Amino acid sequence: MAEMDTSSGGGHKKGPGVKKGKKLSTRVDLTPMVDLGFLLVTFFVFTTTMQQSTAMKMNEPKDDNPEEQMKVKNSGAMTILLGRANQIYYYYGQLDVATLSEQFKSGNFKDIRGLIVEKKKATPMDDLMYIIKSDSSSTFKNAIDILDEMSISAVPPGHYAEVDISPAEALMIKETETANGIK
Amino acid sequence: MPKVKIPRKSTIVDMTAMCDVAFLLLSFFILATKQKPPEVLSVATPNSISKEVAPDKAIIITMTKDGRAFLSLGDEIKKGEILDNINLTKGLNLSAAEMAKFNKEEFIGLPFNQIKSALAMPTAPNPADMPGIPVKDSANNELVDWLRSVTNVYAGGNQNELQDMLLIKGDNESLYPVFKNIKFAFKRNQIYKFRIVTNGQPVPVGSELYNKAVAEKNK
Repeated sequence: MAEMDTSSGGGHKKGPGVKKGKKLSTRVDLTPMVDLGFLLVTFFVFTTTMQQSTAMKMNEPKDDNPEEQMKVKNSGAMTILLGRANQIYYYYGQLDVATLSEQFKSGNFKDIRGLIVEKKKATPMDDLMYIIKSDSSSTFKNAIDILDEMSISAVPPGHYAEVDISPAEALMIKETETANGIK
Repeated sequence: MPKVKIPRKSTIVDMTAMCDVAFLLLSFFILATKQKPPEVLSVATPNSISKEVAPDKAIIITMTKDGRAFLSLGDEIKKGEILDNINLTKGLNLSAAEMAKFNKEEFIGLPFNQIKSALAMPTAPNPADMPGIPVKDSANNELVDWLRSVTNVYAGGNQNELQDMLLIKGDNESLYPVFKNIKFAFKRNQIYKFRIVTNGQPVPVGSELYNKAVAEKNK
């Protein structure tokens, strides 16, 4: 138990003729003060140093050159489209009108990591390219998350690119959304 | 049974020293760390595994949930010069007093034609109410002009230094088209490298990057 003993000479014997009044204890218990002190310290520790924001690098391509996209080999390309309500659609290679419904697949953020790694393992690095296209209904979080997934799956920069979505793809997304129920 | 008297010692501990230590620690933390200013614009940033720390000296473009864009020029940025440049190039005709008032504000979030009238008002405008710098369509993207002033002021210096200061702090729920227009504003001014403010998150266990790091460590 904490205390400060401020009573002076409480243990001394009473001298003769000294009138001493009633002895009051002046012991102060300091335990709550220590508790308060540590509480305040904890408060300051958590509200100041813990707020480390990190900065994620973004590299934008110098030219919005549509020809650059065509140089990608069909066998190595995986196009990832970001839609509304955190939905992801993807297809490999180029979209073929005949097999459109089979090729265009839907996924979500949980599965996409596995799919990215699968594609990465199956393709030689020189041919590998992930093309990321964001629909106007996708959110900022989706865009940043997919770029983060690229880093998490150790895809070297230069093997993924953000490109504008084409009207045909936007239409495909809309149709898939209505087919699956507008989420 | 013989009476065994166990010598009892006093278990009272003097807590004075503990109290001193606690208050010393407290004083240290109060003086050594900077308080986070109360957020005028609340933005929930996305997570990323990036380990780079966001710089203190920064030009931050804040993108709110509803798609408004704000510009904040940090403490050590050449704010006065940037504002002068804007005043000149856009012909705002702000007086010295109005410029001083403008300089004091943390967030810039008004279209050019509203700046003078907003500064004429007695109270400083609240960022939460401001309509934001217009970035909604590519024809009317005022952020291009703001960034042009920034690049003009920092022209001739180290481009990498400028790029290190540029940050985009966007809310999770803001829609992609606004982000796209902000990126467009950067590209228009030949800025191709910038950074996004995110919350740090550890590398997920079992992912490629994690396995790579483990392999490197074990080599």
